[in-house]
Amino acid sequence: MDSLSFDLAATPLRDLNRFLHKEAVAQGVRQVTVLHPDGAHNIAVGLNAPVAVEIEGHAGYYAAGMLKLGEVTIHGNAGTGVAENMMSGKVHVKGFASVSAGASAHGGLLVVDGDTSLRCGISLKGGDIVVGGSVGSFSGFMAQAGRMVICGNAGDALGDSLYEAVIYVRGRIKSLGADARIEEMTESDYQAVGELLAAAGFSYDPHEFKRVASAKSLYHWNADANQEY
Amino acid sequence: MCGIVGLLVKTPALRARLGEMLVPMMVGMTERGPDSAGLAVFSAPLANGYKYSLYSSTASFDWEGLAQQMFAHLRVPAQCEGHGNHALLVTGLAPAAVRQWLRENFPALHVLSCGRAIDLYKDIGTPGEVAQRYDFASLHGSHAVGHTRMATESAVTPDRAHPFTAGEDFCLVHNGSLSNPYGLRRKLETEGIHFETDNDTEAACRFLEWRMREGDVLETAIQKGFEELDGFYTFLIGTENKLALVRDPFACKPAIVAETGDYVAIASEFRSLAHLPDVKNARIYEPNPEEMYVWTA
Repeated sequence: MDSLSFDLAATPLRDLNRFLHKEAVAQGVRQVTVLHPDGAHNIAVGLNAPVAVEIEGHAGYYAAGMLKLGEVTIHGNAGTGVAENMMSGKVHVKGFASVSAGASAHGGLLVVDGDTSLRCGISLKGGDIVVGGSVGSFSGFMAQAGRMVICGNAGDALGDSLYEAVIYVRGRIKSLGADARIEEMTESDYQAVGELLAAAGFSYDPHEFKRVASAKSLYHWNADANQEY
Repeated sequence: MCGIVGLLVKTPALRARLGEMLVPMMVGMTERGPDSAGLAVFSAPLANGYKYSLYSSTASFDWEGLAQQMFAHLRVPAQCEGHGNHALLVTGLAPAAVRQWLRENFPALHVLSCGRAIDLYKDIGTPGEVAQRYDFASLHGSHAVGHTRMATESAVTPDRAHPFTAGEDFCLVHNGSLSNPYGLRRKLETEGIHFETDNDTEAACRFLEWRMREGDVLETAIQKGFEELDGFYTFLIGTENKLALVRDPFACKPAIVAETGDYVAIASEFRSLAHLPDVKNARIYEPNPEEMYVWTA
């Protein structure tokens, strides 16, 4: 058996997640299709098996959160916290993603074809995020490592209090957050953007992107700053 | 948490199905708000007089007797149809006089809403229980605003359930919490505005209705709300012919909209929209923070 489908209109979500956690590998299942997700929370959370999960509709909160192995594709929109704390693997949202997409992801790739809401990539810890549309305010807040590629525009306070993560933006940036600045693109930046766009399936020219990174002025306490941050 | 739901039907034929479409939306938000639920429905306005949604905390209230007493005291015809704790009173007397008469003669009764188009129900219990208790599925109208409550801000009682109302044909439901409700109350109380509960949402409701009574159109009142109301909120507001949706500048509380040629449906989460007819072809989007979304019935 290579593939299996779960209809959430008839089967409890717990059965799907139990199958993905405990039985998929033993049964040699490589692909699972989820029908009628209808906004259910926690679909394919904690997936740690080399399985491709196709969610045929809109997912609720925390879909594919903590993903370690496997690929999850959402053929619809995703709710709060899609791919939150992802470790590796790939999550692809074909519609839009709500707040906190890819929050604190340590590794892996999150692709969102549409827009994301606020706080995309907040506290990113090493994963890659490619957004085909625009991101909402406070995206990349306190992102520590990893890369974000934004093909559309960014909202307010982009990259506020960034650490070592780098954000590439093709469109307009409404405002930069504290300590974030626009820097020159280098050859390695063009290469990184090109690779990430290719992995996500977008064909934009990397030369259209600008680099946002930390000015690192927040790295050390400055007693004379007088609330300037 | 808390769940909010709203539905405005564009196609007149769907008005008879408003309640039937809305009940699964409310039940879908049970996990977000299991302690109380409420619903305001707007239907074709009365040509004459006003209607009042009344709530009695005693189960066996003599609603017909209330109408008879009203006629005996005030010589104004009144009809009062009761369904358990809830009743709909219809009379031609002006709202201020009716409210005063009710306060003096039936101080334990709550006036849940007043207007020409609005009917309102709210009570404690799960959304499913409350919907069944008042037969929400049979309600019809052009638009409706519903709420399922998980109390964070004040006690679990019927009068602290949402929707809140102020004035006539105006209601508001809220997911979130305000940080300056007491400042707003003090300000509004100096304008002679009376509060019925200690709930933070009541402050937002009375503030916006006060702005409209002072001459603002709904959109201007909401804009002033952005300036004055501090905290986290997704608000859904109903008036005689409008439904409005707004979120705070940080969009801390969720909302999602599904729009088709037949209806606009709003809920805290997509789960509550999934059953709607033709939702697969709906335009589905998440409203932006501090942006006004207003639909006309």
